[in-house]
Amino acid sequence: MMNENVKFFQGNETCAEAALYAGLDFFAGYPITPSSEIAEHLSHRLPQIGGKFLQMEDEIASICAIIGASLTGHKVMTATSGPGFSLMQEALGYAIMTEIPCVIVNVQRGGPSTGLPTHASQGDVCQTQWGTHGDHAIIALTASNHQDVFAMTVDAFNLAETYRTPVILLFDEVVGHMRERLILPKKGEVPLVKRLRTSVEGGVDYHPYLPREDGRLPMSDFGGVHRYNVTGLFHDMWGFPSDNPRIVQDLLHQLVDKINNNVHQIARLKEYYLEDATTILISYGSSARSALHVVENHRLRGDRLGLLELQTLWPFPYGLIREKCVNAKYIVVVEMNMGQILREVKMAVDQPEKVFLANRIDGVFITPMDIRNLLGLIQGKGV
Amino acid sequence: MPIKDYIRERYFPHLWCSGCGHGIVLGSFLRAIQQLGLSKNEIVMVSGIGCSSRITGYVDFHTLHTLHGRALAFATGVKMGLPELNIIVPMGDGDALAIGGNHFIHTARRNIDITAIVMNNRIYGMTGGQFSPLSGYGIKATTAPYFNIDHDFDVVELATAAGASFVARTTTYHEKQLTNIITKAIQHVGFSVVEVLTQCPTYFGRKNDIGSAVDMMKLYKEKTTPRGSKAKKENPDLIERGIFVQKEMPEYCNEYNKIIEKAMKGH
Repeated sequence: MMNENVKFFQGNETCAEAALYAGLDFFAGYPITPSSEIAEHLSHRLPQIGGKFLQMEDEIASICAIIGASLTGHKVMTATSGPGFSLMQEALGYAIMTEIPCVIVNVQRGGPSTGLPTHASQGDVCQTQWGTHGDHAIIALTASNHQDVFAMTVDAFNLAETYRTPVILLFDEVVGHMRERLILPKKGEVPLVKRLRTSVEGGVDYHPYLPREDGRLPMSDFGGVHRYNVTGLFHDMWGFPSDNPRIVQDLLHQLVDKINNNVHQIARLKEYYLEDATTILISYGSSARSALHVVENHRLRGDRLGLLELQTLWPFPYGLIREKCVNAKYIVVVEMNMGQILREVKMAVDQPEKVFLANRIDGVFITPMDIRNLLGLIQGKGV
Repeated sequence: MPIKDYIRERYFPHLWCSGCGHGIVLGSFLRAIQQLGLSKNEIVMVSGIGCSSRITGYVDFHTLHTLHGRALAFATGVKMGLPELNIIVPMGDGDALAIGGNHFIHTARRNIDITAIVMNNRIYGMTGGQFSPLSGYGIKATTAPYFNIDHDFDVVELATAAGASFVARTTTYHEKQLTNIITKAIQHVGFSVVEVLTQCPTYFGRKNDIGSAVDMMKLYKEKTTPRGSKAKKENPDLIERGIFVQKEMPEYCNEYNKIIEKAMKGH
């Protein structure tokens, strides 16, 4: 008998189901290709568990609505693609500043502008880090297959609660629309992080923005016994606006340090044949599928190729990359943009001149042949 | 409960200019809450950005000071997240009808149970006196140094056309009516819009040679009339005050519960 936990799912459906597994009970969104199936799936599934699905008037309203709902104690998510993600940037900064947990999915299409709605691209990597204004840190995860889409989606909710911050799931059109096998984890199989709520009782002064010794900020739901102010302005420990230089500096450090000082806890990566590799491919998302194909083929011929698949894109794990690549003669970054992760890898390693780019930017999925051609060139073997 | 128990005293004095009408709106709003006898824990005030939006800092409720124009979108999330809460959204001209215009009409269309108080001073005060979509033709502002060629919205007509189920208008001169209208707006189940004409002597008054705050309030007395009055028939230029729309319509959170009920039963 077939195991009922084995599914043949689309990537977007997988993300939606994983979000439900993680405890999602509030979603607001605006339809946009290639992410719309997430909204469609959740409009069907959420009311079945008593959750809420809202189709808002635009992407700005969608992200604002989930931030509001998160304050009432819900686990929340929205999903979009490039143009919608651009519209969300201001409110993304608001969620960072107010430290409200939420998950934002960007199933990438080609850009800039309306770009290539149903084609493959990974062009929003840098926007994810620096799209919203002002100094800040961000967490962004990605995945190359559905089992990992599931795992990273659950992780995104866990990290959002742990660090009280928005987490971006940066998928791409290929992963979003592809169908493949998925084994649904059983209930309780994957650990979930519950919201940390304050133990301070009603009538006692609660400081919503005073971090505990471990850096975490226990929350109090709107409608509960603690009434406090939430603002996108710099604010003191009560959440009231302040331009006191000490308060401004301390808050900015809190927002950035809570993430950047925990790079190792947040970093997720997969290693294939790295032990003796002299040429290391670094890739992520659907591009990593082609990269892995190349590595496995070359290994059959005895070539010492390895693959480092990034699942956490931000904060970028510079230290780990340097460590893993220390013995490599060549490093090839495989991605579908003009070198957005390439820049970070060059910054991470000791010899940036040994880092090369294998990419495609024409909306066509990068193939193993594209990567092999570049390998031939840099190894002096021609195409 | 005395009025002073509804405010966060430690954050006073407030930042509004002397003569500003916003304090009168705040006073009326608090008296309305007092009359309704609502518990402070069941009220959430959500605002955007601007002079009016700073109200949220001063009141001892759950308060959410958000982004310019987006207050109603945040408020929709809070309300859908916990429908038992009373949601109040104080808004300025820009928040409600410029950058936030789209959220305004869509919130009205959904008829979600939120009370929007549109504090119409016909100017952008916080940024220094630029014209707004409620300034009106011929008005002077720091970005209309000659005269304004933009026509203004009629908030009442717009809210009515967009589907709001409670729509009213009054002024800061008519404080008792204002308290009464806000009380009814909060009690109303559905999207309520209360437009309050409120004076900005610092920018609108000065730029347009209207005089002091008192002069501006006197104009509210002279240039407005109760809805459907004889005076309006004789002088169509008068602005009507009162409740324009008050009807029972399906409320969004209640409607969503029907979806949940259907989904849980299976189709």
